Amino acid sequence: MSTAIVVQVALGGLLMGLVYALVAAGLSLIFGLMDVVNFAHGELLMLAMYATFVIHENSGLDPLLQLPLVAALLFGIGVAIYRGLIARALGVRFNTGMVQIFVTFGLSIFLVGAAQLAFGADFRSISNGLLANRTVAMGAIVLPLSQVAAGLVCLIAFAALALISRTEFGRALEATREDRDAVALIGIDRDRVFSIGWGIGAATVGIAGVMLASFYYISPTVGGNFALIAYVTVALGGFGSLLGALVAGILVGLVEAMTALFIDPSLKQIGIFAIYVLVLMIRPRGLFGRL
Amino acid sequence: MPDPVLQIRNVSKSFGSIAANVDVTFDVGRGEILGLIGPNGAGKSSLFNSIAGADTPDRGEILLDGRRISGLGAVACTRLGIGRTFQVVRSFDSMTVLENVMVGAFARTSRTRQAMARALEVLAFCGLGGRADMPAHALTPPEKRRLEVARALATEPHVLLLDEMLTGLTPTEAQAGMQLVRDVRARGVTIVMVEHVMEVLLPLIDRAVVLHLGRKLTEGSPAEVVRNPEVIRAYLGDRYAT
Amino acid sequence: MTVRPNAITMRRRRELIGGAVLLVLLALLPLPIANAYLRGLIVLTLLYAGLSQGWNILGGYCGQISLGHALYFGIGAYASAILFTRYGIPPPLGMFASAALGALAALLVGWPCFRLSGHYYAIATLVMGMMVLLLAQNWGFVNAAMGITIPFRKQSWVDLEFRIAVLPFHYLMLAYAAIAWAIAWVVEGSRWGFSWRAVKDDVAAAESLAVRVFPSKMAAAAISGAITAVGGALYAQYVGFIDPDSGLGLSLSVLIALPAVVGGVGTLWGPIVGAAVLIPVQQLSVAWLGGSGNGVDLMFYGALIMALALARPQGLVSLFGARSRAGGEVADRA
Repeated sequence: MSTAIVVQVALGGLLMGLVYALVAAGLSLIFGLMDVVNFAHGELLMLAMYATFVIHENSGLDPLLQLPLVAALLFGIGVAIYRGLIARALGVRFNTGMVQIFVTFGLSIFLVGAAQLAFGADFRSISNGLLANRTVAMGAIVLPLSQVAAGLVCLIAFAALALISRTEFGRALEATREDRDAVALIGIDRDRVFSIGWGIGAATVGIAGVMLASFYYISPTVGGNFALIAYVTVALGGFGSLLGALVAGILVGLVEAMTALFIDPSLKQIGIFAIYVLVLMIRPRGLFGRL
Repeated sequence: MPDPVLQIRNVSKSFGSIAANVDVTFDVGRGEILGLIGPNGAGKSSLFNSIAGADTPDRGEILLDGRRISGLGAVACTRLGIGRTFQVVRSFDSMTVLENVMVGAFARTSRTRQAMARALEVLAFCGLGGRADMPAHALTPPEKRRLEVARALATEPHVLLLDEMLTGLTPTEAQAGMQLVRDVRARGVTIVMVEHVMEVLLPLIDRAVVLHLGRKLTEGSPAEVVRNPEVIRAYLGDRYAT
Repeated sequence: MTVRPNAITMRRRRELIGGAVLLVLLALLPLPIANAYLRGLIVLTLLYAGLSQGWNILGGYCGQISLGHALYFGIGAYASAILFTRYGIPPPLGMFASAALGALAALLVGWPCFRLSGHYYAIATLVMGMMVLLLAQNWGFVNAAMGITIPFRKQSWVDLEFRIAVLPFHYLMLAYAAIAWAIAWVVEGSRWGFSWRAVKDDVAAAESLAVRVFPSKMAAAAISGAITAVGGALYAQYVGFIDPDSGLGLSLSVLIALPAVVGGVGTLWGPIVGAAVLIPVQQLSVAWLGGSGNGVDLMFYGALIMALALARPQGLVSLFGARSRAGGEVADRA
């Protein structure tokens, strides 16, 4: 096996890892903020991909130019999910933790069904975008432009998330995370912080979805696999840690690519799971988790 | 101390850079009611957790009946005869009052009938006989404190650690609580009480150990302790230390 | 020591009588029903009542929300199917192997995962389940993605094969659900049951009362895994086929948990009530709404789960005035 192939696969894994990292960041943000795991996270990604597909089909607007549009749409969906479901789930008097898990599970089943109703179960893809069918070559190493762009956009989105955490809202977010009940005393509207947190979390997935749509197939169940990887990534990096999501996402992307290359493509996720179990044994709360 | 049931030997414990206990040493005599007092942040709860086995001291050791218990963990300490209550009540809220106490009784038996009989007896002793079949979360705050005592008593402890059991009660409720403590002692159980409101404790306890900033300030009879100027200064602030 | 009858002893006696009455009614239930589809629906409902009762031991009483129970189901199904098809060991015996392997697997999963709490635990179990699914899809010994078909030889109680009649399976699944219920009834009144509920409610308080938290969780996991694995073995015999997707998928893990969640977690009747509502609704909605694969059935099912979880967080059993237990009366602190 030539070095060039290994490097190329590694770079491909790295770029995919950045997408994983961004999907995980949205999940991690919501979890860190209010101790809620969104089991419909993959379906948000699926929604974003279909949104990109539909807009592209109907207006010809290139996926890359749709970024703000779909991000805003997902922000709205995130806020709506919080207001309509999660706020209620957090408000129940019994079994809050369990209700929250199964409400988001119900939502994920519902959204898969809705996508099936609207688009059928067939695989779709966007084949004629600005980024489609182009490559970036560096010597013997050739990468699809769409993946390079996806990696870069996800990195920029990460930088934006890091910036948000430095704003006043970011501090309100941090304060709410530290002590949910005390923030009311210093004039922070908890409900508002939570819904914006959900909005940002969903918008983050929206960005990942747009970029993914330009090189990945689209189907009602496409989210499941990405969600699974996102859970592993978040658990690996440590729930609530932005840096953890980034590092773990890249790690997951690399391990996946290397397992596929050196062992067997159909076993690529086994590598990820093995890493996860290993970290679980050594650091139960993940690489960057607060113990 | 002629017959110490519990010996605290040079116990130190830090949490990060905060020294919660520094070289604390004292004995608890068999059958006495000892007050562990000190202002907030004196290290009472930390020491409590070390004695109950929930924490392990960094240095020093704790002996129960001459046997080292520090570092064995909460389960072993309970089995060896340490019972405790919690400052913030931790009742099992999905269970009835009786079931709560049965969990404690199961520390000494694996037979459900025996555990139930034992729990009913302890509940009656603690004045909660009429509450047995109520859900634990429906109890009033003073009743919940009693439930904690009952639950701990059901494990048949030699030493019972009571964490701020009287705090926040009305005077009448506190009187009833103190009577319960005396009754428990009359059963032969040694009692160590943590309280930061000293006045409540003084008429009840045989002896007091005063902690301040993690160290033992002094120990002695309640009368001695309250006259100690260092205690007054530490406890009540400089303006009272005339 | 004697104990006068009190609320607990009287409640437990009532439960036993109620269970016996229900058992008789369920034994008579299929007799007037001629419709094979309906009979099949009842068989499936009974299976899930048992499976969810098994999940409830760990997830309900002990409060450890597992999203990986398909793992034990699949192991049980594969174990008995392989023993039967390759080694000729009849399923009634193979089921013991299923139970043992299910318990063992639950212990192996529990060992690293029980150090985690709350969502960390739920996700770890989910990942473990997916890991085994992936391995099974690629493992030649279990026929990888092709799955294992159990050939029909003859109508036989030894082989547990009844291709034409559904009735024997009705009684098999009824026996399974009844045994799972009886196990739950026994442990609920035992020291283990008390330990589990204490662990669920408050770990620190439980330890202060000499409850050994980790062994308690492991015991709950082993019993739970064994019950689930036997259900898997029965399912394989009933359907005559097992493959990774039908025996190990994430949706199966959720389906095993849901009846208990909907009916009332940590309650004796919750899994039965939940299965009686959920399984027919799910099956019928697939039949009526989703025949063409248009997704309406999934939307309906998802919406139902959301609605029930939000409207009745303490479970449907609370509608009957039954005092809901380990999960019922308080927000868990997970």
